Amino acid sequence: MEVLPRSVRLLLVLALAALAVFPFVGSDFYVQMVTRMMILAIFAMSLDLLQGVSGLVSLGHAAYFGLAGYALAFLMPQNEAASVWLTLPLSVLAAGLAALVIGFFVVRTHGIYFIMVTMAFAQMVFFLFFDNKVLGGSDGLYVNFRPTVNLGTWALLDLDNKKTLYLVTLGAMLLVYGFLRRLLWSPFGRALAGIRVNEHRMRALGFATFGYKLVAFTLAGALAGLAGYLWGVQTGYINPELMGFHMSAHAIMMVILGGMGNFAGAIVGAFGFELVLHLFKDLPQVGSVQLGKHWQLWMGSFIVLVVVFAPRGLLGLAGWFSRRPEDGDV
Amino acid sequence: MKPDNTARRLVLSRSAALIGAATSGLLLPEWARAQTGKIRVGLMLPYTGTFAQLGVAIENGFRLAIDEQGGKLGGREIEYFKVDDESEPAKGIENANKLVQRDKVDVIIGTVHSGVQMGIHKVARDSGVLSLIPNAGVHIATRGQCAPNVFRTSFSNSQPTRALGAAMVANGHKRAVWITWKYAAGDEAFEGFKEGYLAAGGTIIKELGLPFPNVEFQALLTEIAALKPDAVACFFAGGGAAKFITDYAAAGLKGKIPLYGSGFLTEGMLEAAGPAADGIMTTLHYGDSIETPRNKAFRLAYAKTFKLQPDVYAVQGYDTGLLLVHGANAVKGDLNNKPALYKAMETVTIDSPRGKWAMSKSHNPVQDMYLRVVEKKENKVIGVAAKALADSGAGCKMG
Amino acid sequence: MDFPTFLIQLLNSVQYGLLLFMLAAGLTLIFGIMGVVNLAHGSFYMLGAYLAYSLSGLLGSLTLALMVGTLLAVAFGLALEWLLFRHFYQRDHLDQVLLTFGLIYVFEELRSMLWGDDVHGVAIPALLGDAIPLTDNLSYPVYRLFMSAVCVALALGLYLLISKTRLGMKIRAGAANREMAEALGINIKLIHAIVFAIGVGLAAVAGMIAAPVSSVYPNMGSQVLIMCFVVVVIGGIGSVRGALVAALLVGLVDTFGKVLLPAVSGMLVYMLMAAVLLWKPEGLFKQ
Repeated sequence: MEVLPRSVRLLLVLALAALAVFPFVGSDFYVQMVTRMMILAIFAMSLDLLQGVSGLVSLGHAAYFGLAGYALAFLMPQNEAASVWLTLPLSVLAAGLAALVIGFFVVRTHGIYFIMVTMAFAQMVFFLFFDNKVLGGSDGLYVNFRPTVNLGTWALLDLDNKKTLYLVTLGAMLLVYGFLRRLLWSPFGRALAGIRVNEHRMRALGFATFGYKLVAFTLAGALAGLAGYLWGVQTGYINPELMGFHMSAHAIMMVILGGMGNFAGAIVGAFGFELVLHLFKDLPQVGSVQLGKHWQLWMGSFIVLVVVFAPRGLLGLAGWFSRRPEDGDV
Repeated sequence: MKPDNTARRLVLSRSAALIGAATSGLLLPEWARAQTGKIRVGLMLPYTGTFAQLGVAIENGFRLAIDEQGGKLGGREIEYFKVDDESEPAKGIENANKLVQRDKVDVIIGTVHSGVQMGIHKVARDSGVLSLIPNAGVHIATRGQCAPNVFRTSFSNSQPTRALGAAMVANGHKRAVWITWKYAAGDEAFEGFKEGYLAAGGTIIKELGLPFPNVEFQALLTEIAALKPDAVACFFAGGGAAKFITDYAAAGLKGKIPLYGSGFLTEGMLEAAGPAADGIMTTLHYGDSIETPRNKAFRLAYAKTFKLQPDVYAVQGYDTGLLLVHGANAVKGDLNNKPALYKAMETVTIDSPRGKWAMSKSHNPVQDMYLRVVEKKENKVIGVAAKALADSGAGCKMG
Repeated sequence: MDFPTFLIQLLNSVQYGLLLFMLAAGLTLIFGIMGVVNLAHGSFYMLGAYLAYSLSGLLGSLTLALMVGTLLAVAFGLALEWLLFRHFYQRDHLDQVLLTFGLIYVFEELRSMLWGDDVHGVAIPALLGDAIPLTDNLSYPVYRLFMSAVCVALALGLYLLISKTRLGMKIRAGAANREMAEALGINIKLIHAIVFAIGVGLAAVAGMIAAPVSSVYPNMGSQVLIMCFVVVVIGGIGSVRGALVAALLVGLVDTFGKVLLPAVSGMLVYMLMAAVLLWKPEGLFKQ
């Protein structure tokens, strides 16, 4: 669903306004929580580029998310903060490079193999970090400081301030969204969409599909790296689970939950997924049953129900509600 | 055109309502939370997953101690807040913040898994909230990153194994192979073992490890047999411990090469391991069969209240409760009086089922290590392996 | 490495490989014939283990538990297929991945509610409790030989079923061309149900016979799941023969890797998979 109906677009503008205002009304804890959701939204959008637009289902996308976080952890010195102008590009580059290398091996496979191979490579990266104390091992690494945002000696932004970090993340999310929407409608994006629909036909038309897919994979990896970098900045702690199978599966869930292919769905899905997860974990006690304790059951059932009944995700549902008879297929 | 307009309006109004509800739902806990004068105790423990059993035992022990001491802290009622840490290090900081920032607890008690503990520790150091560690033995929390508001009532990873070496050498086992999982707890347990064993005159022939939480031990067991050591020393915990014990016996090593370990090898595992565990010697700061009136009374009370037998995790939870009650009483419930609160906790002697113990300068227990042997699904205490063993606290800049 | 040690490591590899094969065979059959990717396959393994624990306690013998447990697991598989899986054969792989991922959560929680979170042991039957001495220090447990024997027997049974029986013929026909098979009057729905049940049954039996040596504990399914996928990918999706070869290969690499190259042992199997895929992008025995 690439074209969003007007009603949905209005909704999103409303939500954006709410997001912009939120840090000035919400308490610290919730500001942090929404910041984290926005970071995950960037992560989900990067996956949407692969999954929703190019039709490549990657079960190992979290590897690039985590790698950028690790890059930040390694770059940040023990005793003073490094600059964002140094750490950000390098971390995103590291993630993108890893995606390029792994993509080179992985993009040549198709269908179910692609899914399995992306998972396997991600597991390989996971074990690389998990098993080696030099890289932090299973305990992970601390990011000792938040990076400085300076212009010469003038401190532009203080990332230790939660509101500032929130607004910076919001800005990043909007930038990524804008960039990806532009990309979607560019010749490159149209080619990717064509590959998703029918790769053979695209090849017959003379497109070098391997190259296109590899570029998409690398770009998606780099953007996931941006999200991972922000995660490291916010939490100050990176560990192998951030690169793991569960993280990747959650990302897929977010993209599907929101509705694939238009990037707004990825944002909605990320927020929706996190909200639902928190909702289930905080369920009250009813009688003698601690409902929140069984959150896995509610979460699992929720995922199953979404897949069975709402395969186009939340935006798909919203679009369906306001569909005009003459719109045809939304 | 008409159906289209109504549908659009419906969507807009419904979603506005939804967004409104969601945001107010997020903010509601804030509005509803008036000052009630209760002390907020936050429990961050594994309520799901492999360590769920341990989380339950810790909480049970904690509550038992609180109830026995009158059910109040410094005269104030208690309000509990719980978060399931799922033993997920990646979510450690987020979960700790739920308690510290959202629920604004006065004290956070947790947790079992060392990786998660690092998340709690970061939040504790950043926010200054009182943090009591009822299990995780990761060294850095009471060494390089010790803090005045962080106290541990359990052990540091190297303490139990430090006491093992002398016992092994005393039995004539001077050449040993060490095996564990390659993660912080395993590495730190090895640190303790190496120190104690080498000091007692033993030699470590080889150090074996497998990735955590891998349980395919066969290959390494075969290698152990080929090396022909006097004994094997190890650190495993949870489901993996039971498997290691049964695999060890099944490979024919039981009885031929004596097995020693940190006590966690045989805590809560004996039902699952069965007769394969007989004869295994371990060192730990607790043993079910400690013959003191204090321990017997504790075990009776615990069994009566929870219809379960207590283990070392329950004792650690219990001692955490005792520590907190003592501290809170000393400041008459005013937990903001930090200097007095910390002083009280630093100077108290805890009358624990494991024996009396007090805090070291780096806020880790100075305690006896018991030597135990497994006999018919029970850990029989056969002696004291080390008295008043303290963690080095290396790198801690306090006291 | 001296010969008895090498022999034991070899036996260890084969035993681990055969167990993986039981799981992978079911998974690859379900992939190959119905086109469903099932991330919850590890949960069936866990189900088998917990059934072994409960039933051997209830019925007093592991053998009885094995028989009853297999029946229960197969019944569960049929019910699950009828309720959920059969509606997903034509759906996107993505939807299947997500559905089964959600199921993992559900099964994990149900397990917690039904059996609790404790670690349990299952006793090895006295008949199989010995160990065969190979040197004065080394012996090989009889039970592990029994495990390998059961796996080999089931593998043989599966082979005979698929290539020598009418049912097997229908299964192969349905896999080759579903519509044609239906047109020829084969009840494809029933065939799919049977194949799914076989897959679940194999995984459950693997869990049951592994229970005495691996103990029964929460999350035990997730550890085998990923290995299982690696085996299927290396062997080629849909090929049971491929699954066998790949499983043995993985068993060898993993076991000897742990002993000879412990620093990279975690990564070795994945590197093997990457190497195989570079050479043959669709697995060793592509269908």
